[in-house]
Amino acid sequence: MTLLTDDQKMLQETAASFLRDEGGPAKQLRYWRDTGCTDGYGTDFWKRFGELGLNGICIPESHGGLGLGATEAALVLEEIGRNLTPSPFLTTAVAGVRAIDGTAHADRWFPQILSGDAVLALAVDEGKSHRPEATAMAATRQGNGFLLNGDKRFVVHGNSADMILVAARTGGSAGESDGITLFAIEKGASGLSVDTATVADGSKASRLRFDNVAVDSDAVVGDVDGGWAPLSRALGAGRAGAAAELVGVAAAASDMTVDYLKQRKQFGKLIGEFQALQHRAAHLDGEIEIARAAALKAAQALDSGDERAELWVSVAKAKAVASAALAVQEGVQMHGGIGMTDEHDIGLYMKREAVLSELFGDERYHRARVAALSGY
Amino acid sequence: MTELESFRAETRCWLEANCPPEMREPVRSEADICWGGRNWTFQSDAQRRWLEVMAERGWTVPDWPKDYGGGGLSAAEARILKQEMARIGARPPLTSFGISMLGPALLKYGTEEQKRHYLPQIARGEIRWAQGYSEPGAGSDLAGLQTRCEDKGDHWLVNGQKVWTSYADKADWIFCLVRTSTESKHGGISFLLFDMETPGVSTRPILLISGNSPFCETFFDDVKVPKDQVVGQVNKGWDVAKYLLGHEREMISGMGLGGGASATLGAALKPDDPFLRADIAAFDVDALAFSAMSERFAAMFKAGEAHPAMPSMMKYAGTELNKRRHELIMAAGGSDALEWDSDRSKQGKAARDWLRTKANSIEGGTSEIQLGIVAKHILRLPGA
Repeated sequence: MTLLTDDQKMLQETAASFLRDEGGPAKQLRYWRDTGCTDGYGTDFWKRFGELGLNGICIPESHGGLGLGATEAALVLEEIGRNLTPSPFLTTAVAGVRAIDGTAHADRWFPQILSGDAVLALAVDEGKSHRPEATAMAATRQGNGFLLNGDKRFVVHGNSADMILVAARTGGSAGESDGITLFAIEKGASGLSVDTATVADGSKASRLRFDNVAVDSDAVVGDVDGGWAPLSRALGAGRAGAAAELVGVAAAASDMTVDYLKQRKQFGKLIGEFQALQHRAAHLDGEIEIARAAALKAAQALDSGDERAELWVSVAKAKAVASAALAVQEGVQMHGGIGMTDEHDIGLYMKREAVLSELFGDERYHRARVAALSGY
Repeated sequence: MTELESFRAETRCWLEANCPPEMREPVRSEADICWGGRNWTFQSDAQRRWLEVMAERGWTVPDWPKDYGGGGLSAAEARILKQEMARIGARPPLTSFGISMLGPALLKYGTEEQKRHYLPQIARGEIRWAQGYSEPGAGSDLAGLQTRCEDKGDHWLVNGQKVWTSYADKADWIFCLVRTSTESKHGGISFLLFDMETPGVSTRPILLISGNSPFCETFFDDVKVPKDQVVGQVNKGWDVAKYLLGHEREMISGMGLGGGASATLGAALKPDDPFLRADIAAFDVDALAFSAMSERFAAMFKAGEAHPAMPSMMKYAGTELNKRRHELIMAAGGSDALEWDSDRSKQGKAARDWLRTKANSIEGGTSEIQLGIVAKHILRLPGA
């Protein structure tokens, strides 16, 4: 593992100061939640990401991006997590970009992603939990193209997306990674219905119904029956990114809690003087450091093409979920009654943690994947 | 080829030619570990040869300066050597408290004369060291130690008792914390080195729950020590002690990795029970994530970016993991793992190892002490 370079530290500082000043809960999350915004984030604010160049982190220089990787994306996502900033950065500029990079769709979408004009979403899950290999949705050949029929769930930003990456089956059977094809479906496709719900953290996730949605063969991302490759790239980037964001959520929740321990007095003492709380806070701090190292390791493994990158990604996601869950649960508990109020931000961290934990596979999914990748 | 690539190629070639085949077998028991020292009996010619060729290159302590018997390797080169040794399953040629604990403290606090005298002996495995820290009345509260050390003009006179002295009955020399002043608790401690054969030193092994006796009680009765065997300044030994404890904690925390970061516990145990498999997978996630923190911490330490309390965080997490690892090994072993004296159980290796790990979160500062250090120095909680 290598430590951050000076360039990476500079990017981290840029993202940190931008998101701290503009991306905090009062200006973004609470504002959009309480004004009933249909996107769940500010579209002008998303353009600011573009102006700052953040959307180009994973886009190659030949397409006008920065040509960086998962490590740099993770630095931005940790700051997004710290500030609970609502944005389509993870699905669009990280997972989405990695899916279409090197395909014909890059020319079409990269310019609009760079400017913050386009949003991408991933439609993978069909059941209540993330099981990409269990993809059953059918894409049957029709003339030069395909007909898509079936349902997708938990499509984050599905209602705002200009293009949705949809995993469907053109061959094989549910449970196999071969035979899946990835399609780029544009907003408003005929036969596509979108049922959107606000989820716990105030963001939007959709259920999609495909009723004979007809697409050209141009809509295929990568190869027919070979969609597992671009899908894995997208999911790898998405999972590593979600892990980094969870580390930010955990770190901010923990910082907020430790600050509270230094302010709140009971029995004539600061509650941070009680050893029962000191040891729990210290244990939590270690767990967050471990999760941060695992997230960095996974991102660097993806960037260097390490053969164990998939393993590290699952380690990172599982550990980040566990550490962040501990951070928000301890956070609410140690804040006591005030931690249960909507007025205090600590509860917002708990809700974001729950959504990010589910996204791209929960802790148990990734534990099982670590076992499978280790041969047991 | 970059310089590092050619270093790797040369190292691989050299190890292939020089590491005896017997030294590539997994360590089966305590006897397979080479501790060196005046009274060391080599288990085999291969063990002797492996130590000699490695010591000659300075590779028993690859990143120490060449002047002091080290290999003078950069951090990147030392990592490559470690990887290449792991690749062929090479055993460490030498394991000692001199390498992992005293050496780093001497490099930082020793005089030039002390470094030139002691470090090459450590590198060659000629002196086996014991650690004299804990006392019957000074465990977690280590700085409360009472072993008296009086200035008698031309020598020190030491009287007192240490406990949990690792391998004191086998050690040649001891590095020892003694009280040179009673005016200040932390500011009255000195760090002293002396020969265990000095008149007045005696040891008594302590039988542990594992049935083994790796620790001793050590008694000092009018032990005379030459004046130049203090490391660092008189009454400033606590600084040396804390620095060394950082290295000890790092060493102990590394045990959480078990067979090394690359192998998962599940791959070794191949559990077929689904509940055990799930528990082991949860452990493997934590162990691999911990290995990432170890790696990151080592890089930060080398770059001078590490927080001084990081070893405490590592020690706590690593030892708790190691205990969990052995609980799972016992669960996977079922009733077989309970056998204590049979040949088929290698004289109860699983059970004895499991019991030994319970000391990991006590020795070198308990888990509770480590959490207290993190609370105080990293979180800066009041009154910690």
